[in-house]
Amino acid sequence: MTYLTKPKFHHPDLPKNELGYTHRDYEGTVSTLCAGCGHDSITGAIIAACFELSIEPHRVAKISGIGCSSKTPTYFLGNSHGFNSVHGRMPSVLTGANLANRDLIYLGVSGDGDSASIGFGQFAHALRRAVNMVYIVENNGVYGLTKGQFSATADRGSKSKRGFVNTDNSIDLVAIALQLGASFVARSFSGDKQQLVPIIKAAIAHKGAAFIDIISPCVAFNNHAGSTKSFDFVREHNEAVNRLDYMSSRMPIEVTYEPGTVEVVEQHDGSKLTLRKLAADYEITDRTAALGFLQQHAAKGQIVTGLLYVEKGPQDLHAHLRTVEAPLNTLNEAELCPGQATLEAFNASLR
Amino acid sequence: MKNTDISAPDYFHKVVDCQWACPAHTPVPEYIRLIAAGRYSDAYMINWKSNVFPGILGRTCDRPCEPACRRVRVEDEPVAICRLKRVAADYKDDITARLPKPAARKNGKRVALVGAGPASLTVARDLAPLGYHCVVFDGDKKAGGMIRTQIPKFRLPDSVIDEETGYILGLGVEFRGGKRIESMKALLAEGWDAVFVGSGAPRGRDLDIPGRKEAAKNIHIGIDWLSSVSFGHVSKIGKRVIVLGGGNTAMDCCRSARRLGGEDVNVVVRSGFEEMKASPWEKEDAQHEGIPIHNFLVPKAFIHDNGKLTGITFEKVKAEYDDKGRRKLVSAGLPEQHFPCDDVLVAVGQENAFPWIERDCGIEFNEWNMPKVDTRTMASSNPKVFFGGDAAFGPKNIIWAVAHGHEAAVSIDKLLNGEDITDRPLPAVELMSQKMGIHEWSYDNEIALDQRYKVPLRDKVVALKDIKAEVELGFDAKLALAEAGRCLNCDVQTVFTAQLCIECDACVDICPMDCITFTVNSEEAELRKRLNAPSHNLSQDLYVQDGLKTGRIMAKDEDVCLHCGLCAERCPTGAWDMQKFLLDMTYAGNSCRPQRRSAA
Repeated sequence: MTYLTKPKFHHPDLPKNELGYTHRDYEGTVSTLCAGCGHDSITGAIIAACFELSIEPHRVAKISGIGCSSKTPTYFLGNSHGFNSVHGRMPSVLTGANLANRDLIYLGVSGDGDSASIGFGQFAHALRRAVNMVYIVENNGVYGLTKGQFSATADRGSKSKRGFVNTDNSIDLVAIALQLGASFVARSFSGDKQQLVPIIKAAIAHKGAAFIDIISPCVAFNNHAGSTKSFDFVREHNEAVNRLDYMSSRMPIEVTYEPGTVEVVEQHDGSKLTLRKLAADYEITDRTAALGFLQQHAAKGQIVTGLLYVEKGPQDLHAHLRTVEAPLNTLNEAELCPGQATLEAFNASLR
Repeated sequence: MKNTDISAPDYFHKVVDCQWACPAHTPVPEYIRLIAAGRYSDAYMINWKSNVFPGILGRTCDRPCEPACRRVRVEDEPVAICRLKRVAADYKDDITARLPKPAARKNGKRVALVGAGPASLTVARDLAPLGYHCVVFDGDKKAGGMIRTQIPKFRLPDSVIDEETGYILGLGVEFRGGKRIESMKALLAEGWDAVFVGSGAPRGRDLDIPGRKEAAKNIHIGIDWLSSVSFGHVSKIGKRVIVLGGGNTAMDCCRSARRLGGEDVNVVVRSGFEEMKASPWEKEDAQHEGIPIHNFLVPKAFIHDNGKLTGITFEKVKAEYDDKGRRKLVSAGLPEQHFPCDDVLVAVGQENAFPWIERDCGIEFNEWNMPKVDTRTMASSNPKVFFGGDAAFGPKNIIWAVAHGHEAAVSIDKLLNGEDITDRPLPAVELMSQKMGIHEWSYDNEIALDQRYKVPLRDKVVALKDIKAEVELGFDAKLALAEAGRCLNCDVQTVFTAQLCIECDACVDICPMDCITFTVNSEEAELRKRLNAPSHNLSQDLYVQDGLKTGRIMAKDEDVCLHCGLCAERCPTGAWDMQKFLLDMTYAGNSCRPQRRSAA
């Protein structure tokens, strides 16, 4: 935790994006989390992703629940919209906001307590309904704010800082997200920005429910020997299936990889995901195979990371509900009250 | 890249840009912090130990530290280091009790010092407390040399010179004023154990163009005229004055002329305005007093009416550059320009002159008629004779003279102790953690965004009436505190311990200047391309440490680090620490003895 604000000075030759902003322009206020918190690295990765995508800050809505993770939207995108909601209720608020204004980019920021315990139902339904969003879980396997109890994502057999062994089974949010029909599912690690930043960029570009489980070590309560969410453990057991390069539709694709090692997945907006395969037989668009792969490796104690699943041609909630294209606040009186004749025609259609 | 060796005295010294650029290596941030704390006497003593003349230098230094200041690279203007030094001198208490005492017992060695300028006085200051019998000779009655004779009183009052030369002469140094040394041979014959020559560069260059001889009555050599003014021999000048030359002496001449009756004073230089030798702030001061500077004009002839000067004609030139970037001034092909005037001050350069050193007394001279002097030991080819200040390598400035003096004192001390003068121990280095608590550091790590504060000036009308009225009033305590707050504390170093690092990226994320990168190792040129922020300033080092668990390295570009300590505040394991770097220079006395402690 730092009391000083970050000095306004920045490197004189800092690169600028297409909007003329530096990455410093995407920062928020200074973090009040513990020094070394994995969540702050995720904040850094979100800042890098939004900077690199040249996103206009006013086009983003950051919505979170309660917890260390849910504090982080204060620390990035200081000029974006934000809503810090009730514990575990981020998905409802996000769904409502998304229905009202589909033009914004929705970043749902949550933690393992917020999404796997109190908000588990909310988590499930937002994914099931295919809300167009980036749903980020900053997953440290521990209740940090209440000083280190196991959370629902703590692995059975892992040890708490005080030496207790967890006897409960853990919830694997990635597996659940796959089962519930999320159209973009990834897992990454706060200590690996090279992997994480392109995944966040691809998730923002994805039109559908994108879920990213980010293992984020809690330096205060869950970074000891015996923890399965520590820096050391994650680095030792990280099984990355691929390395992702995100290419916007404006960038030419330079294929310099050996044939067979690279898979290119085109998204609806023309952007391309270039995946350098690390696990040779991994099939990125096969939901059931992804589930199987995940469970086989979990049984061996390995943590599978990378972009694990992406659906070709996803649809979102608005498509399912056939809602109006325009944000609701742009509709005028004539559109909202089209008159008696329209009402009668509509009623007639239902008879 | 190889692991950076931070125990080498130079590594962190280079990070303290001001100290590294200072010829005397004064620990600038250390005394600026003391000024901010209101501890003016302590700040003064740090300066006094290092540069001997804080009150004088705080008004007149050429300040090589300021262009080097990291603040220039971070925003625009350097910290006003020089004028903060003056604050320490202005507001200190009586410090006489803190000065060394004259040696209780003399060691029987006698050292003659020729000239009572900054170089000789520095040698005397360093040697006298050790027991050497130092005798300073000068043609003038008072000590100070060019400090007293050539710097106008409106920039440097006599009281400051008297005080600071007095501190040195009070150390048991014998001063023989009014005794000009006319023969080196005779001096050597007196059996001194060592002789130091700090006689300056006393000869002003002349301008040999038509009319010079005929109009001689109204043509004056700049430095001679300044010293005549200084001694009160000259107290007025014509209404229309032209100053030829673009150095600091020219600036002193024109501003002095303005105070002695010169109403229409003009400076004319051969070069372009930008290339003038004068420091930018001295040009500013002249212009502030309503003195125009005309550039690209080469004097062709002094015009006179039967020996009475009436003006100068100039040829307009322009600069042309050849393939190698060398400048040549060529005629602009315009008609000659005539500037009417009553008096001319010629300030086109200074030269050394050693008519008093016989060429057969063991001191070798080079092709430019300058003594052959070793740049490190200041020794001439006569093992007993040392040079320093302008006398050694031509005109420089006071702070260089001080640096030469320290080195010459080390050489003399070693020589007279029977040691090898080329065996010079490295300075000692001390690194000390500044951590006081979780968010507490023993320095002010909040970065001030303030722009450089201006020094208050005396009202122009009043200042121009009295040649002894000091123009600059100096910072008051409040302004000094604000200006001191701009210092980035570059001596408080970021020290990294790889064994403690868990590679959480917290330092990378918080660093406001993107100085820190964790990456795979490679050669420096390749590595610089892969850092988180552009790394173009090759004069600034990369701090590299390996030994991380992932096999990567930590690479920190020192270039624009604000020394804000946020990396250390955000580090969960204490792998980063903020440690104050203190350089203990090697001076005459114990610190230059051979069995010295090793660095750091």
